Parts: sequence; structure tokens; C-alpha cells
Amino acid sequence: MNRRDALKALAALPLMTTSVKLWAQDSPSSSLRPKLLVVFLRGGYDCANVLVPVSSSYYYESRPNIAIARPGADSATAVALDADWGLHPALRESILPLWSAGQAAFVPFAGIDDVSRSHFATQDSLELGQPLDAARDFQSGFMNRLAAVTGSGLEKKAIAFTDQVPIVFRGGERIHNVALRNVVRPSVDARQSAAIAAMYRETPYAVPVNDGFAMRDSVMRDMAAEMEASSRNAITANGFELEARRIARLMRDRYSLGFVDVGGWDTHAGEGGATGALAGRLTSLGRGLAVLASEMGSQWSNTTVVVMSEFGRTFRENGNRGTDHGHGSVYWVLGGSVRGGRIVGEQTKIDASTLFQNRDYPVLNEYRSVLGGLFSRMYGLTPAQVATVFAATAPRDLGVI
Amino acid sequence: MKPFLRLPLSVFAIAVATGCSTLPQPPLQAVERKTPFADPVRVLDRLTWGANPSSVRDVMQQGLDAYMRAQLNPSTEPDIPEAVREHIAMMSISQTPAESRVIEMNRQRLSADAVKDDEQRSTSRQAYQQALAKYGRETSTRALLRAVYSKNQLREQMTWFWFDHFNVYQNRGLLRALVADYEDRAIRPYALGHFRDMLRAVVHHPAMLIYLDNAQNASGRINENLARELMELHTLGVDGGYTQVDVQELARILTGVGVNLRSDTPQVRRAVRDDYVRDGLFEFNPNRHDYGDKKFLGGVVKGGGLKEVDEAIDRLARHPSTARFISRKIATYLVSDTPPGALVDRMAAEFTRTDGDIAATLAVLFDSPDFAASLGRKFKDPVHYVVSAVRFAYDTSDTSDATDPSVQKIIVNAQPMINWLNRMGQPLYGRQTPDGYPQAGNSWTSPAQMATRFEIARAIVTGGGGGRMFRPEGATTTERPPPPQLSNVVYRESLQARLSTATRAVLDEANSRDDWNVLLLASPEFQNR
Repeated sequence: MNRRDALKALAALPLMTTSVKLWAQDSPSSSLRPKLLVVFLRGGYDCANVLVPVSSSYYYESRPNIAIARPGADSATAVALDADWGLHPALRESILPLWSAGQAAFVPFAGIDDVSRSHFATQDSLELGQPLDAARDFQSGFMNRLAAVTGSGLEKKAIAFTDQVPIVFRGGERIHNVALRNVVRPSVDARQSAAIAAMYRETPYAVPVNDGFAMRDSVMRDMAAEMEASSRNAITANGFELEARRIARLMRDRYSLGFVDVGGWDTHAGEGGATGALAGRLTSLGRGLAVLASEMGSQWSNTTVVVMSEFGRTFRENGNRGTDHGHGSVYWVLGGSVRGGRIVGEQTKIDASTLFQNRDYPVLNEYRSVLGGLFSRMYGLTPAQVATVFAATAPRDLGVI
Repeated sequence: MKPFLRLPLSVFAIAVATGCSTLPQPPLQAVERKTPFADPVRVLDRLTWGANPSSVRDVMQQGLDAYMRAQLNPSTEPDIPEAVREHIAMMSISQTPAESRVIEMNRQRLSADAVKDDEQRSTSRQAYQQALAKYGRETSTRALLRAVYSKNQLREQMTWFWFDHFNVYQNRGLLRALVADYEDRAIRPYALGHFRDMLRAVVHHPAMLIYLDNAQNASGRINENLARELMELHTLGVDGGYTQVDVQELARILTGVGVNLRSDTPQVRRAVRDDYVRDGLFEFNPNRHDYGDKKFLGGVVKGGGLKEVDEAIDRLARHPSTARFISRKIATYLVSDTPPGALVDRMAAEFTRTDGDIAATLAVLFDSPDFAASLGRKFKDPVHYVVSAVRFAYDTSDTSDATDPSVQKIIVNAQPMINWLNRMGQPLYGRQTPDGYPQAGNSWTSPAQMATRFEIARAIVTGGGGGRMFRPEGATTTERPPPPQLSNVVYRESLQARLSTATRAVLDEANSRDDWNVLLLASPEFQNR
């Protein structure tokens, strides 16, 4: 390439053609593709104070300071979901409407058989999604395998809304990633971007360089209205609500498989009850998910959101009005075609005798079989495909889709 | 015997003089050249954290041969500028021993947890977190200053490699108070020494014992975490020929090997009282040790307390799988993402012959035609990108470009560099998993990563925004330092000639020196080492 050609390339902005191809909205025929967003609550959220076992007197005995009161007239009490379960009041405005519309289901006693109670080891195990009793491939996460069997790889739009591609997405399929928590206005301007792209045009990195600029530009375009609003001092969303709004735009228009993580759940001390630290996190999470549901628009009908966490916490509160690392958790399944308004999966009554190792919720709904069953329904996977995603496990259909 | 001396010196004689008309000629050496390096700057790009003017000058003066030998056998002379040495010496991680730091932090944590009042407790917790954050910042700053300024570049590069190999995650518990000590006592002294010594130091260091949970590993309450990773990640490799039984037996061998963060010592039963060991935070507690015999890697390890660990370490370090696994990993780091099997075999043979001498193993690698052929073909991961760009742009001792006062400055605030590595997804001491960061180039070339890299290129040429790197944290000034002069000796003698037509055309159209600098650091030619 001589200099004149390079300048022509510069003027032609090769990014633009790429961006049209890669970032156009789904065609109508593909708009009913199932969409899946996995929301990972890192830190092990205290599920027993979110889906509250209101019929268990043992719950109230075990948590003298932090229990959520039985449903009552007071707004600081659990919201009744059925005779046994109530919802944390911080989710009244956000998740309750989805539940009432039949678009939210909960899977209590869900989780992984890993009993290390280490955030680190358990998150890894969960994200890898491989059998615990065999040698593991650290380069293969279950969502990457899902992308492979459902054809949601780079061309077909899989994305992590995180700084780095997380373990759950590691593997052979190429995955986009973009962190939406703090979107920084790029300092490399359009002219410099075009110049850089021109330098890479004949190199093996031409595609990612162009994609990177195109993704950055499209995110910035999406953000433009938001930034304008904030520059006019309008009240704007923050935290996860803001992030979820951005995620919804990308999931609605461009991606079919997504992952995001939300931190701040490791409530060893001062956890609070109807109000306080956990309630604050839940308010933000709930609002974000509600915003996501509404921003997805017509695409919500073919979208499923799974909320999961590495483990539950000790059933009894500890000496610091908090809870320590436990075992069984509660997963959430939200979506426009979810058969919700139900608590699903195997359950047990909750008292001292049913606690796992006399301290935690047991795992009765092993997550690989639960998700295997869910994915199987969503995508119509063959048993062999399910086995590719989750080897050596029998998928269990809980009938939520 | 110094490992390097076993090598034919001729191997390192190179055609330094090619195209270096403006520089002093190196003394000619009448030696045969088995592996001529066409471009010594490219050797520097691989051997060091990135070629900079002073390293080029060193090669010109000493000859590449002598330079490489010195890199393999670092002298004990001061290897960093005095101002940088002082900066490091003033850090709290340099002024207090790790042991007292950790005991104090542990005490702070416990007393913060015990505070009854919610608000006071969160204030105490915050103070604890801030103290930890300071240790973390200092440790990262020290590593970056050494990487940028040390004369012993190969040692610093290998220190990073070995830390990553024996990775611990600083944000786990109070490890930020301990990582500086781990790096300086378990890793760096052995980075070019004997693998077995490093392995032993790692297994006895509280940072690793905490990180991989061996502090909890006790007879009857087995925790296999360290035992498994020791074989899978640190020595034999996952296919290295060990079984689940070996993991369990090694875990038994490691029972009782832990830490004690308090000042008191446990009551040890009389029969084994003499076996008790305490060294700083390290503790071997015989009460927690399984004294039965173990069958490990096809032999018996007689129950005998802590000495079993030494026996196990010897077996692991001398296992043929380890020689191959380590050689392959080094070759992946310094030659290619897919190193030739024959090279790995030769390195493994030398590793075995020298009982795990790392410098000797490296010398085989440098001697190989594969090394010469691979130069310029490794994609820089974020840490190599950032450090190489900073070395290239801000060489303090580059007196040949003395017209520019900005190049005389020394980094006093490494926070911008730390932030860049965070944004690029390779935070220092921030890899959560024990497997370390991915080595393959394509782990770092995702679309978002490429776009971020170019943003960082812009930040680098402004010294972290208005020269922030060269002012103490918190200092305010409106003075904007002049942009660095990147058309330095590295550029003139090597990089310039390697630019593609497309890159040249783009650089020719740059509209300012800043713009030119950004484009050069963003160019494809600057992404490889």
C-alpha cells in the first residue's frame, strides 16, 4: 500500500462498513431468537432474606436481629408470595410486578455441590460448569459452550458486560466484551481512530481493531442521549440501574447471549433487615432488572434472565448481625415467556434438621441440571448439545419456560 | 560454577554495528557466530521489558554477548537510579517487616469486627481497607519502577513470569500486606536461580499458604487446594503423570504447614514438640500434622514432620514432567505461543542436567535458532505493552536526546500505570485464579481490548495526563510538560525501518508531535516484542 492508498483508506473509514454489517439490528426473521442474560451476584447473596421462608418459625428463631418480618400491613415486612415464601420489601416496586405478571420464578435450594465455601473456588467451579470430580479445563466456561451449541458466538452476538471476558465465557467461541458500569468518553477521536485502523488494515488484527472502534462508537451513540440528559442536570439513574439500561439497549438490538456481574453481597456484618446494607443492594438490583425488562420492549417476550450467586449464606445470623458463607442459594428466572409467579424445583421444610451441615440451605436443585433443563427448553437443544454444555449431568426441566 | 560460563560465548556475538553509524562501535570480537541476530534492538525487546535508549547504549558499549551474559548473571551493584531507590526505600513495605505489618493488620481487622456501633465499625473497617490499599499500591509501584528502571531487566522480567507462575491474588484477605514480601523473598531472589529453591520458598511462604488454603489443611480436616495446584500448575503440569491419590497424599504431607498471625504459640504434644517450627508468620504445627507414612509419586515418604515437605519438593522439582512443563512455559513466554518441541526438549535436558538451573535453561533458549527466528513475533500482553511504552518514551538517562528536558524526569507516581493495567484487564497482583494470566497473544486482542489499548497509548504520551506520572500524588500544577521525543535511538536504529508502508503513511500525516506519538505507540509494529 502506498501513501496515497493509505489516505484513501483513511477517507473511506473502513470502520463504517464493518459497523453496518456487524451492528445492524436483527432482521425480523431472527428477532424471535431466544435471548439469555445471566446476572451473577458475586459475593454469595443472602437468599434467605430475599426469598423469605415466612412459614418457618425456625427462620425467626435463627435471625433475631436481621429477619424480615412476616407479611403485614407495615411496608417493612415481607411481601407474601405464597403460604411459605415472602419477598424482601426492597423488591416490592421492582420484582413483585414481574412476579404478579407471571414473569418471575424462584428456584430455592439451588446451587453447586462444591462445599469449599470459598467465593473464589466456588465461582470458578460454577462458571466452568464442569463436573467437580474430574480434571477441569480452566479455559472452558459453560456460557462459551452454550454459545458454541446455540450459535451465539461472535458473529451471532455473545457479550460479557464486564472489563474482562469472565471465566464463564472462556473458550473457543469469540466473545465481545464491554464494561458499561463506567463508560469513559473515548479520547481517541474519529480521525485518530481512522488513522489507527488504516495502519492495521493489512494485519491479522484488522478485524478486532475495527470491531473495537465500532463497538465503542455504538456504545457512545447509545449513551449520547443519556450524557446529554446528565449534562442538563436531569436526575439520572445510577449504579446497576444505569448499567442495566445500557445492557438492555445492547441486548435488545444486537446481542442474544449476555453476562453481567454485580458485586457487594458478602454481608458478614451489619447486613440489616428490611432496611440497611442488603436492602440497598437489592433495591438497586431490582430496579435495574425492572428497567431491563421494560427497555427490552417487544424483545422481552423472548428474553430470559437468570440471577445466580456462588452460594447462600449461613441460615443463622452471626455475632455481627450478618451471615457467613453458606451453601444452597436461590436462583431467579425472569422473562417475558417465563411461566412465573411460582416457586419451582425440589423443596424441603426449613428447620434445624434439614440444614446442610447444621448451618446452611442444602442444595436440592443442582445448578447444572437446572440450567441444562432450562437451556434445553429455551433453545430446543438435543441431549448431546446439553451434554456439551454440562457434561455428565441429567438436565432437569423445572417447567419455567 | 556460574551457569552461563558453560555456554559457548560465541553464541552471543552479533552484528551490532549494522546501521549504527551515529553510535560508538562495539569492540569487534573475532568469534564465530552461530546465531547472528540481525537487529540487537529486537533482542532487547524480548530480553528486557522493552528496548529503550539506555539499554541500546549498553549493548553498543558492551556488545550484545556481554550484555546478555550480564543479564543472566546480575551483579549485586545498584541497578536502579538513586532517586528511584530512595523512593522505594521510603515505602512502608520497605520500612516495616512483613510479619509486623500482617500481625497489625490482622489485629485491626479483628478489633474493627468487634466494634458494636455500626457506624464506628464501618469507620474502623474503612481504615483497615485504606491501610491495605496503601500496601497494595506501594507493591505495584515498586514492581513498575523496577521494571522500568532496573539494569537487570531479565531478572525483573523473569520475576514477573515466576510471580505469575506461582500466582497469589492480593485482594484475598489481607494478602496485600504480604505480597511485597512474597515477591522479594520467595520469587525474585530465585528468578534466575534454581527452581527447587524457589519452589521451596513459595511452599513455605505465608502468602501462598493463605492463598491456596493450606493454612487450613490439617490431619482429619484435609484441604487439597495447595497440593493439587502444586502439581497441576506449579511443577508437573496437569498431564504430568500424577493421580488423585498423589494429590491426597501430598495434602497429607502438607498437613500442619500453615501460618500463625498471633504472637502466642500453640501447646504441642510432648512426643513431637521438637518438630514445631515458627519462622515469622510461618508455622509448622505438629498437632495438625498427619504423621503416617505416605505413598507419593511411586515412593514412600516416611512420616517425619516438616522434612516430608522437603522430600516431596525434591521429588517434584526433579521430576521429568516438571523439567518439560517449566521449559515449555518459559519457551512460551520468551519464544512463541507454540514453542517447538525440540527446543523444549533441549531446555528440559539442560534443566534436568543442572538440577533446575533457570539461567542455564534460559541460555539454551537464547542460543537456539528458534529464539532468533521468533524475535518481534510475540504480541505484548498489557503489562509488556505499558512498561515497554513507558521505557521507550521516558528513559531518564537518555543523554543522547538531552535537548528534551522531559526525558530526564523520573516517575514519582506510578498510579496512572497501575490504572492502565486495570483498564486493560491485567492488574498487577490482581489475577484471582492460581493459573496466572493467559500467555497466548490472542487472549489480549479482543475488540474491547484493542480499543482500550489505543486509549492507553494516548494516556502514555501525556505522562498519565499532563505529566501526572512525574509529579507526586496530589500535587497540582498547570504546567504541561513537553511531549516525549519518540524518534529516539530505538526508533532510528530499529523501529523506523520496520514500519509498514501503511504505518509510515499514517505517521506522515500526523498533525502534531502528540498525534505522531500516539500513532506510533498504537501502530501494529509497537504491539509485538
